[in-house]
Amino acid sequence: MNTTRFDFADYLFRYSIYCVSLLMILVIAWLLGDVFIKGFSHLSWDFLVEEPRSSGRAGGIAPILTSTMLILAVALITAVPIGLSVAIWLAELTSSFGKYQQPLTGFVGSTLDVLAGIPSIVYGLFGNAFFSVYLGLGFSILSGGLTLACMILPVFIRTCESGLRAVDRHWRDGALALGMSRVTTIFHILLPTTKPAILAGLILSMGRATAETAALIFTSGYVDRSPDSLLDSGRALAVHIYDLSMNVTGGDANAYASALVLILMILIINVVVQAMLDRWFFANTRIIRSTTSTHQ
Amino acid sequence: MTELETQSLTKSTYSQPTFTLGELEQGTQCCEPTPHLAIENLSVSYHSVPVLSDVSLNIYKGCITALIGPSGCGKTTFLSTLNKLIDNNYNATVTGSMKLDESDLVKDTIDTLQLRRRIGMIFQRPNPFPLSIRRNLDLPLKEHGIRNAKTRAEKIEKALSDVGLWNEVKDRLDSSALQLSGGQQQRLCIARAIVLEPEVLLMDEPCSALDPVASAVVEDLIQRLAGSYTVVIVTHNLAQARRVANYAAFFWMTERVGKLIEFGHSQHLFEQPKHALTAAYITGKQG
Repeated sequence: MNTTRFDFADYLFRYSIYCVSLLMILVIAWLLGDVFIKGFSHLSWDFLVEEPRSSGRAGGIAPILTSTMLILAVALITAVPIGLSVAIWLAELTSSFGKYQQPLTGFVGSTLDVLAGIPSIVYGLFGNAFFSVYLGLGFSILSGGLTLACMILPVFIRTCESGLRAVDRHWRDGALALGMSRVTTIFHILLPTTKPAILAGLILSMGRATAETAALIFTSGYVDRSPDSLLDSGRALAVHIYDLSMNVTGGDANAYASALVLILMILIINVVVQAMLDRWFFANTRIIRSTTSTHQ
Repeated sequence: MTELETQSLTKSTYSQPTFTLGELEQGTQCCEPTPHLAIENLSVSYHSVPVLSDVSLNIYKGCITALIGPSGCGKTTFLSTLNKLIDNNYNATVTGSMKLDESDLVKDTIDTLQLRRRIGMIFQRPNPFPLSIRRNLDLPLKEHGIRNAKTRAEKIEKALSDVGLWNEVKDRLDSSALQLSGGQQQRLCIARAIVLEPEVLLMDEPCSALDPVASAVVEDLIQRLAGSYTVVIVTHNLAQARRVANYAAFFWMTERVGKLIEFGHSQHLFEQPKHALTAAYITGKQG
């Protein structure tokens, strides 16, 4: 009897999955390829260290790079400690609420999910109203960075929280049974174990922050000169690309080159952050990723 | 409720269990029986639903006490009440009294972290932290205020030697504890508990996740620990309970509430059980 009967539905299903996957890869490859081909010829050392001239048609992007880095730094320095704290609170410290724990964490969790889904332009308007006007920070790197921090916090918190929740309960029990305090348990066992999730959250957040335009136009501003301080206005790279491609005729070439720089920058930052975390914060811990292999 | 159960519950002296310890005729005589933990009328409930009711027994110093009984009859709950790990579950309420030395662990306000240093616990599934072998023992020592690195190193070596792991791991103390085999991991967990020099060791089915060879090694170790430590061990392996324990307590679930049915010298409990349920359980007729 022929057991390998030809199943048309199975065949169709398998090949449609292949085709869709291939399509996705092609779109990404085309996008990256397009940016690379059109941008690479304009990329040079001078492009990175010169001031923009004639509204960015000529010259480089040095001040814009400075502003972008400063905005990103402000956003991360604000968001990471707050985000980690909230994640730890949500995942570890709410048990004292007893029967109110579930409703409380559920409510905070869904609030965060809603916040994560809000379009960035709304964050931009909020940042403008709150940081720029109400707190009087004006159009500044600081306003922009803080707005971005608000924007990336929900996603960062949720990623870290789910990472912490995924930590094997047996390690928590083990730590408690040894009379170890909450603080030691969190800092020496839970956080190092959650490192992959924290990293994922960080990379996701940085990607979103670096690529942000809408939230920054109203907060950190538009000025393409180098900022003097955190209270000075500055143009982020994504805003620069938007401006060159939409408002400046003949700016396309430099827009592509800037886009290529943006992509490379995100790549470099990811590698550097990973290396930094490895070296400084998790030096004492050797974590085997596939812990499942030892616990059958 | 099964016929046997109903019969035994109505006929026996179930309502007023009295546990008196007779002379030990043979087997491991561990000590003169001095109570280390005196437990009276201990009841535990989750969300106001009782899971363990009216347990009274003494845990004797330097002896091994085995807790036996079917799954879900409250053995593990009882064990985690002893080191107050149950406090972490805010839905749990504990009543009764549980005396360690002069302090009542139920009524008095006690330093839980210090208590857990005195009462160590080993879990069913080996749970070494995802850190190096050395750091698994170093971290609890540091936590309990041993600042001197040399003292810590000495204590670590001693604890690892006590569990027979030192020769196996001394060349790779800084490699991950998760690379050890299951049996080694469980012995590491025991070392991690005894490095704090506790008085009591609670073991929740310490061998059930291990293969027979590793299980025998750990069982051997438990027997060697008796005398130096008071051991309370939950086990489903009746042969093991019989081999290692000086005292045995039999738990059973009636109407979804765990109860202590019989407690005594393990030899008496296994050879001349007083209660029909015990007899049925140890001969495999029920449970």
